[in-house]
Amino acid sequence: MTITAPQKTAPASPSLQPTGWLRYLSFSVDHKVIGLQYLVCGFAFYLIGGAMAGAIRTELLSPVSDFMARDVYNQILTLHGTVMIFLWIVPVVNGAFGNYLIPFYVGARDMAYPRLNAVAFWLIPPAGLMLISSYFITGAAQSGWTAYPPLSITTPATGQIIWILSVLLLGGSSIFGGINFIATILKLRRPGLKLMQLPMYCWAMLGTSILVVLSTPVLAGTLIMLSFDIVAHTGFFNPGMGGNVVVYQHLFWFYSHPAVYIMVLPAFGLVSEILPVHCRKPLFGYTTMVYSIMAIVVLGLVVWAHHMFTSGTPPWMRLFFTIATAFIAVPTGIKFFNWLATLWGGRISLNSAVLFSCGFIVNFVLGGITGVALAQVPFDVHVHDTYFVVAHFHYIVYGGSVFVIFASIYHWYPKIIGRMLDEHLGRLHFLLTFVGFNLCFAPQHWLGLNGMPRRVAEYDPQFELVNQISSAGALLMAISTLPFLWNVIASAFFGAIAGDNPWRALTPEWLTSSPPPVENWKGDPPLVTHPYGYGTPADEIDLNSASGSDLWRSGK
Amino acid sequence: MLLVLGGLWIGQNINLLPVDASANAPIYDELFRVLFSIGTILFVGIVGLILFSLVRFRRRPGQLGDGLALEGNLPLEVFWTAVPAIVVLFVGLYSYDIYERMGGMVPLGHGNHGSETVADQRVWGGIGSTQDSQTATTAGIPPFPIEVTAMQFAFLFHYPDGDFISGEMHVPVDRPVSLRMEAKDVIHAFWIPEFRLKQDVIPGQPTVLDFTPTRTGSYSIVCAELCGPYHGGMRSSVVVDSADDFDTWLQSNRKLPAAEA
Repeated sequence: MTITAPQKTAPASPSLQPTGWLRYLSFSVDHKVIGLQYLVCGFAFYLIGGAMAGAIRTELLSPVSDFMARDVYNQILTLHGTVMIFLWIVPVVNGAFGNYLIPFYVGARDMAYPRLNAVAFWLIPPAGLMLISSYFITGAAQSGWTAYPPLSITTPATGQIIWILSVLLLGGSSIFGGINFIATILKLRRPGLKLMQLPMYCWAMLGTSILVVLSTPVLAGTLIMLSFDIVAHTGFFNPGMGGNVVVYQHLFWFYSHPAVYIMVLPAFGLVSEILPVHCRKPLFGYTTMVYSIMAIVVLGLVVWAHHMFTSGTPPWMRLFFTIATAFIAVPTGIKFFNWLATLWGGRISLNSAVLFSCGFIVNFVLGGITGVALAQVPFDVHVHDTYFVVAHFHYIVYGGSVFVIFASIYHWYPKIIGRMLDEHLGRLHFLLTFVGFNLCFAPQHWLGLNGMPRRVAEYDPQFELVNQISSAGALLMAISTLPFLWNVIASAFFGAIAGDNPWRALTPEWLTSSPPPVENWKGDPPLVTHPYGYGTPADEIDLNSASGSDLWRSGK
Repeated sequence: MLLVLGGLWIGQNINLLPVDASANAPIYDELFRVLFSIGTILFVGIVGLILFSLVRFRRRPGQLGDGLALEGNLPLEVFWTAVPAIVVLFVGLYSYDIYERMGGMVPLGHGNHGSETVADQRVWGGIGSTQDSQTATTAGIPPFPIEVTAMQFAFLFHYPDGDFISGEMHVPVDRPVSLRMEAKDVIHAFWIPEFRLKQDVIPGQPTVLDFTPTRTGSYSIVCAELCGPYHGGMRSSVVVDSADDFDTWLQSNRKLPAAEA
């Protein structure tokens, strides 16, 4: 299975792995190489998925279906959802940053199962290419990323089967990754490092991986049953043969609601790493942060039916799922208040990483508020399957996860590449993304409340103006990637040399060279028991330089 | 304080919703205003706090030191666990009160809860609906029955009282209407934004939707579940007639059952 490495290594450092740029195209088992493979591959799919979003917003410029054929539109929206979820956000917040950072954080030289790790990554490019090529070969699936039967059974079968196969491969990759993270975090910790001393991202990845391992197999089983319905004409979900379409929805959402937490919990973890460094303060409320992650994991598994309030669920079930869903707001709220408290009284560097993190907080709070509203059955009955929901989940996954991905790239680029990114371009990127994003998605709340359903190629002409505003925002978001792309490419060659620790951070990945050597440290891994030990204790404040309010707050 | 008052004002005075045209719509709007007020207060408060922190605690040129080493504060944590929990519990209970007033908590298989029964009473699990909506007569006026068939890509309305099929739904104002809905091919969803009502129409599993229109006029019926290429074009309209107009319309159609069917 292992690709034999070309043996042209320098005599000074004999290695069985390829070196130089070639290793990024190889079956490398180095966790840092795999992390970068995930990141670059995910970003390529982000550009493809973004182009599809552009096509969708172009179609919606006018109330009639005029830009592309209606079935093509449905294929594009199916691919957009699938690509963005399974090929961009999930692999990047889990695979990319998880692989890069987790071994550093636990003080290990690699992941617990390096080969499984490489297998997990190398499942992604073929699955993604297969999914996208299905559009050109036979026509892609056109039943939405939810693939509800009977629509998914009655639309052209080849595209749907290819869709199922690629999602199965991607789910498999995700499960392999999850097992690897759990094993690494629990079993590969450096001796002396206690669980409650781990950086918060480890906890987030532990929670996420538990969700992945518990719920992804359910999706896999469901999709296999669906494929039997399509190719073997079984009747699991086919009402014409005594099947039940609502059962599919329960099984599908049993994975796909936790999938939301699989996309945002790692983002929560990454923000918890970024903010303390740039605020020069400890992460506020470490213990409550850990407990709230675990509470989100538990609650996240028992809320799936809130996607089905109009599908015909008994009232007691609606009551239970409303309360459970609304209660997720409590641990999530704890995390947000803790971040606010981390900002409070800090010495905040207003760089791109912090701006994107704060943009994330603002967007996610709005997405969370609409989420609590959507949890209420009577409210949901009106806006379910409308643009209100489209706005809500883009605020969660784009305003949440994607903003954090950008924040993380600004934060860790100096470590990964060894050079700094340009701050001016970074702030321009933030400004364009933040304005474009809100211009694109905020008006969609109104559209949904007033009667525009989601996944339509044509709509009531009264919504034309607001749709055009939204499309203008989408254009701005597309433009915003240009300064970013230029920045990451140009800075790799011409950026200022970063040095080992440009942010004066305390977590272990900064206590080695930039970029780090193979096996992470020369000599023993450092033992970091206070990953957030920033800040001046109150009794050491220099009385001459401190302001009055600093003293007042410190109780002197 | 200012924040709370401002939030309340915005919640009560900015209307983002279309006109209300059914008996449950004003109740819905009440819930919406409460959620909107709470949401505005929270959102403006948190954004204000972030902006204040970013400006007030930004690193000024020449500052090299760290911030305060505050690692946590238990009373504060308890406070911001308890307050959201109470708010969420209040919102949950309140929305359940609203849901009950809209008639959503009717036990399965017994649709006899008066006039405003929202939502379906379908038995889950493939047993099939034994619910007979025509027994819902306790409120005095029997609900007017209409059978809805959804197919790619249209709604058809069959009026048992007259035995004809119409492509446009006419309903009498201020009288409960009971829809018994079934899909022929794939899942559709029956949505009237002005009525604040939506119910999936599921193949092989009849669903029931009861409502009372309160405002005459013509409103759109929208399919809200992806059902194929022409999903966006799957629209129809509901005309809420005054009692007299409705009778006229019913009579005129009743006379020509063959032509309409």
